[in-house]
Amino acid sequence: MLHIEDLWVEVHGKEVLKGINMHIDKGETHCLFGKNGSGKTTLLMTIMGFLGYKVKYGKMTFKGEDITYMPTNERARLGLGISFQRPPTLKGVKLRDMLRLCEKTENDGQRLAIEYGFDHFLERDVNLGFSGGEIKKSELLQLMAQQPDFTLLDEPESGVDIENLHVIGGIIKKLLQKDIHRNRQKSGLVITHTGFILNYVSADKGHVMLNGRMMCAGNPVDIFEGIQKYGYEECTKCQKI
Amino acid sequence: MSKDIKKEGLVSQFKPASEAENLTDIASLDGAEKERLKKSGIELSSAGRVGTFLQANCGVTKCECGIKGVELLPITEALKKYDGLKDYYWKLVEPEKDEFTHETASHLDNGYFIRVKAGEKVVYPLQTCLYIRHDKVAQRVHNIVIAEEGSDLHIISGCATHPNLTSALHIGISEFYVKKGARLTFTMVHNWGENVYVRPRTGIIVEEDGVFLSNYISLKGVRSIQSFPTARLVGPRALARFNSVMVAPEGTELDIGNRIILEAPDTKGEILSRTISYGGNIIARGHLVGKAPGIKAHLECNGLILAETGIIHAIPELEAHVGDVDMSHEAAVGKIAQEEIEYLMARGLSEEEATSTIVRGFLNVKIDGLPPELEAELEAVVNDSQKGI
Repeated sequence: MLHIEDLWVEVHGKEVLKGINMHIDKGETHCLFGKNGSGKTTLLMTIMGFLGYKVKYGKMTFKGEDITYMPTNERARLGLGISFQRPPTLKGVKLRDMLRLCEKTENDGQRLAIEYGFDHFLERDVNLGFSGGEIKKSELLQLMAQQPDFTLLDEPESGVDIENLHVIGGIIKKLLQKDIHRNRQKSGLVITHTGFILNYVSADKGHVMLNGRMMCAGNPVDIFEGIQKYGYEECTKCQKI
Repeated sequence: MSKDIKKEGLVSQFKPASEAENLTDIASLDGAEKERLKKSGIELSSAGRVGTFLQANCGVTKCECGIKGVELLPITEALKKYDGLKDYYWKLVEPEKDEFTHETASHLDNGYFIRVKAGEKVVYPLQTCLYIRHDKVAQRVHNIVIAEEGSDLHIISGCATHPNLTSALHIGISEFYVKKGARLTFTMVHNWGENVYVRPRTGIIVEEDGVFLSNYISLKGVRSIQSFPTARLVGPRALARFNSVMVAPEGTELDIGNRIILEAPDTKGEILSRTISYGGNIIARGHLVGKAPGIKAHLECNGLILAETGIIHAIPELEAHVGDVDMSHEAAVGKIAQEEIEYLMARGLSEEEATSTIVRGFLNVKIDGLPPELEAELEAVVNDSQKGI
């Protein structure tokens, strides 16, 4: 579904991604591990096509279409969706309006907000005064309404309290269709530091990124356990790929 | 006129409204005029309004109020009836302040007088409309509003010019008296033409526990507006809030702001302004003066520049005369943040759709105590103004 080939990306004139290769099939969810500043967020932003992330070399295809230089909104329409780690505040734009803008099926946004106990936020300005957990919930509800085929999640657990982790884990499981076992259509790429997501979503593959390069790929649980035990230093030495 | 009166030389370029033809009844308005007034917040059928005052040029076309607790008269009649309104007429605005006050003091066309009786709480808004119908006319208006003790009223004032008019001048003197425990909300929608000059001069006084809320909306092109309503809070716990939303297309000059003088203990003042330049020039002023202990005052100016040309000049001023005050201001001027646009694009909106969503949000007027149907109407005004740009 998503194929990345020898991708080199510059941010503010600095080379951040140095020859990334990645392939994620339909129905698969991959996890991305790595130290702060290793380029994980840059990879997600580049896949979504944000300004300021300049592809210097390489190619990205999604559903067989070349998206390397496609505008962000066209990528979204093609089926890519992203949950922002620190989304901007939209003053005067109500969450209700935002969900309406996202939704594929009419009134889905409102229905979802009620289902996940977030309807009292519908009249609030998007992200204005939201707590960490509320931001995540709002982001995930927008994605649920948008129904992307491929979901990019940037640290969905950060700033979320333990009670809400469970709710958020449940939403992500649905988004990635990990609650069904046959004929799964949805895919995802999730950045995680804590590995929390592995408790809710059986990821198909894990990747470790360091200094803008992919260091390792394999069973996500094994990789996460390795990182917990030996730290990222071990990945530098190991070079499994 | 004394020599030191500030002179722009505008008045002499226009003919008095009294020389223009009057409008005898609302039915003679054509479709385009009706549409124009509707977009200024005026409900011509008077549905959902407790009363209507409509002045076209200098003549009063309609002056009707359905309840006894509210007195609505043309100012010329009120002056006769109440022996010159000695306690209210020219008490909050200085008649020799400038050429516009001088002109209105010496050649009054008309205006409205509204008095809400003590304890009368009016549910539906009362609407007033000052309309200039003919070309090259100077309309000189004086309005007085008195909210007696414990009363409550919302006035919606729509100001507009005929769609085909090339040039005009509107001078509006307004004096608002909010007595003890009264609450007055004043929502004004300006919908002038591109070559119209507007010079309001406004004074407000709020007594103990009184509340004055002002909402000001100007979304269309106008040659220039210069306005600086000043509210004095003279009784303990009085409150004044000004909320302004202004858009300046190319060729428009807006010099608009508010002053609140907090003279009594524990009074509160708030000035919020949101401005957008599509090539026009805006001066957004705000001046808070704290003169008594325990006062709280806040000022917020936000400006968006959405064109290559255009100036937004925010001038927030805080002036404290005693120590025990809580006064603050925030001002931010610039273009729309790219990350906000990209956020919406990531949800599938095009760049243009994303921009207009953000602008609509920026202009989204949150008005206290506004009936929901009027809120929807105002939203429609904002949406319409977006289409035109």
